[in-house]
Amino acid sequence: MIRDITIGQYYPADSILHRLDPRVKFVGTMVYIVSLFVFSSWVGYVVAALSLIAMIIISKVPFKFMVKGLKPVMMLLLITMFFNLIFTPGEVIWSFWIIKITKEGIRMSLKMGVRLVFLIIGASLMTLTTTPNQLTDGLERLMRPLNKIHVPVHEIAMMMSIALRFIPILLEETDKIMKAQMARGADFESGGLVQKVKNMVPLLVPLFVSAFRRANDLAMAMEARCYHGGDGRTQMKPLVYAGRDYVAYLVMFGYLAVSIVFRIVGI
Amino acid sequence: MGIIKAAKLAYDYLRYGEEGEEPEVNRAIDDVDLDIEEGQFIAILGHNGSGKSTLAKHINGLLVPSEGTLWVDHMDTSSLDDIWKIRQKAGMVFQNPDNQIIGTVVEEDVGFGPENLGVPTDEIWRRVDESLAAVGMTAYRHQSPNKLSGGQKQRVAIAGVMAMRPKCIVLDEPTAMLDPNGRKEVLKAVRELNQKEKVTVILITHYMEEVVFADDVYVMDSGHVVMHGIPRDIFSRVDELKKYRLDVPQVTLLSYELRKSGLMIPEGILTIQELVDALGQENLSVPENWEKIEVHDTYSNVENIKWEKTHDQPQSGAQSIRMEHVYYTYSPGTAYEMHALKDVSLEIPQGQFVGIIGHTGSGKSTLIQHFNGLVRPSQGHIYFEGQDIWAEQFPLRGLRSQVGLVFQYPEHQLFETDVLTDVCFGPKNQNLTQEECEERAKEALKHVGLDESFYAKSPFELSGGQKRRVAIAGVLAMNPKVLILDEPTAGLDPQGRDEILDQIASLHETRGITIILVSHSMEDIAKYVDRIIVMNHGEKAYDDAPKKVFSHYKELEKIGLAAPQITYIMHALAEKGMKVDTSATTVEEARIIIMKALEKRGAL
Repeated sequence: MIRDITIGQYYPADSILHRLDPRVKFVGTMVYIVSLFVFSSWVGYVVAALSLIAMIIISKVPFKFMVKGLKPVMMLLLITMFFNLIFTPGEVIWSFWIIKITKEGIRMSLKMGVRLVFLIIGASLMTLTTTPNQLTDGLERLMRPLNKIHVPVHEIAMMMSIALRFIPILLEETDKIMKAQMARGADFESGGLVQKVKNMVPLLVPLFVSAFRRANDLAMAMEARCYHGGDGRTQMKPLVYAGRDYVAYLVMFGYLAVSIVFRIVGI
Repeated sequence: MGIIKAAKLAYDYLRYGEEGEEPEVNRAIDDVDLDIEEGQFIAILGHNGSGKSTLAKHINGLLVPSEGTLWVDHMDTSSLDDIWKIRQKAGMVFQNPDNQIIGTVVEEDVGFGPENLGVPTDEIWRRVDESLAAVGMTAYRHQSPNKLSGGQKQRVAIAGVMAMRPKCIVLDEPTAMLDPNGRKEVLKAVRELNQKEKVTVILITHYMEEVVFADDVYVMDSGHVVMHGIPRDIFSRVDELKKYRLDVPQVTLLSYELRKSGLMIPEGILTIQELVDALGQENLSVPENWEKIEVHDTYSNVENIKWEKTHDQPQSGAQSIRMEHVYYTYSPGTAYEMHALKDVSLEIPQGQFVGIIGHTGSGKSTLIQHFNGLVRPSQGHIYFEGQDIWAEQFPLRGLRSQVGLVFQYPEHQLFETDVLTDVCFGPKNQNLTQEECEERAKEALKHVGLDESFYAKSPFELSGGQKRRVAIAGVLAMNPKVLILDEPTAGLDPQGRDEILDQIASLHETRGITIILVSHSMEDIAKYVDRIIVMNHGEKAYDDAPKKVFSHYKELEKIGLAAPQITYIMHALAEKGMKVDTSATTVEEARIIIMKALEKRGAL
């Protein structure tokens, strides 16, 4: 199940989107999300859809990866659509007991559905074309101004990249401990909820112990290599904007401008 | 004064109680003097818990001495001003390859140190290129560390230290968690750095083969330096080394025992060539009463029993496990599809002692997980005592208590608050009463050599070897008919290794349990098992008595394995024209064969 989540999964390919600076992609995703809520007409959604399709084609990532990303959030999507459908007041088309379905409700829930689908595909497009490392680097740089109000930006970014490195290791470890306990007759499947939680103890305790041991080892290894926080640190791969990044910013803000104009004109 | 100098160094670990009482003081190292010249290759030997890791952490400034002083390149490690300079001068590589790599891409990890030092970007790239080239990892620079083998990860870690341009590298048991090939790879890289880049190397280990090339050897025991000298001197003092829970390479041990039997060969022989030359001398005389002279092998006393046993034919008893044409494929139908097992058929009779060998990724771990039904074969059948274990209605959980499986590093699965309860976990899952559980647990603990004083202790405060025994007892308490052990001695010091293996062997003798032992150590395998199964690329390459398998030593090398050192010694002697039986696999056998051969030669 964990493997089905495409958000946060990188798809290696050689495309302009892959080569863009992560900051551009991050800002771009934000702009796209904002535009989805600025657009309020079907014409606007067509524009949004066309831009998204264009990006997907440019990215060279197979379309099925985007759809895969939708699967885990399908339930959330349906619930949102359902609530929009029944709680929007307006012209009643069909009613049963206290549930009233209105014309506005149908329109609202469809819009919401479209927005959310576009939003998720847009966000997974960013993570599919950006390595987790670039993403944390980009975030670190974008959030650097927050340093002034004493947000430990460098530390947060470091924590994120360490987490990314250790997730696969800990997953493998979970599998190993689970098998080892099963070999001792442990049962992780049957029983009610309480029993199931209780049965997890032989898995969770060793997993935590191991996580702490690894954390301790890693901290020591980092210190041994002279890590002492973000001060006075240089970067092996500093983020530098290239020509294509400026072009991307231009395209992006042009797109945002279009959506705002649409809104004002009322299309 | 050399690059590293220590005077009267001592360190106390303080353990604070929960109630805020006076801390308990444990002196980890005491009165240690060191003087290491630049460019040397130094080895520090010692058993687990001898204080060698604590000493290593001092050289890097990770620990500050409680008493005495340590200078690294003329800087006192207890002065906080120089701490980053000291860590840059004396880099450190740790034991666990996974827990010391910070970057998610190889080259970024190598760049981590220089980044911390504030090296300019283009200089970082130059250093990363050079360091990766120095350890031969340039081809992997864009890879994720998770995809590398253990040996490769350690080489990346070494490159990470090299990129900081250190004068000295301290390696704290860098090979303890690696297989023999990984070990060779890492040692080769380290020796090259020492010879070509003139980096001072301090290698901490308990593998004796690794220190043969050292310029200087320190042996530690309970925090003190107890022996110091060149390898040849140290290795000629076999009895003393044994006292400190260490051993020597087989060739040294064999020479030592031959000397004890009365042969006049030089002391401290380190290589096969030296031994062959020594035995080639014409004037060697064999004392008449050599058979009566007592010689002791390592800590093990099982060998003599085994020597009597017929090693030639696998024993046969009632059929226990049978596999028929088993295939296993990981992630079938995807890009990651991998055939872990291909058409494996085998039969293991009750009461046999079987060894499984194969390099990492040869399918041996997958194979043993089939034996107790943890993994379902993609194709083929597995029978336990004649019944298909994947037939419907077959009690799989019941099977797991009859076929006990002890994973690698089993101590990582301990979770209870005290030893006895942890060992009871298995029996409890068999739905036994509390009394029965405890009885089983106590018996199992007795079998692994842990007495009542351990029952109420927390498993987390035991030593590594004790933890491992508790974990083995945890499986043993289920009263299995078959006991499978995956690398039960990994990371243990020589004496700890021999103790565990002896206990396993005695279980086999006294309780008649079928034992399946997976190991990288050909020496261990040769000493204990009746039969060896060699796995290669998911297929069974050999399945025969040890002597017969090891007679294919050249083919074994081709698939990344090796025969015990003794096999090579015997072949080297035979090539020199000595009339010896080359099938010997243990030191004791070899000694007797060589003595007899020399006796005959003398009689001519």
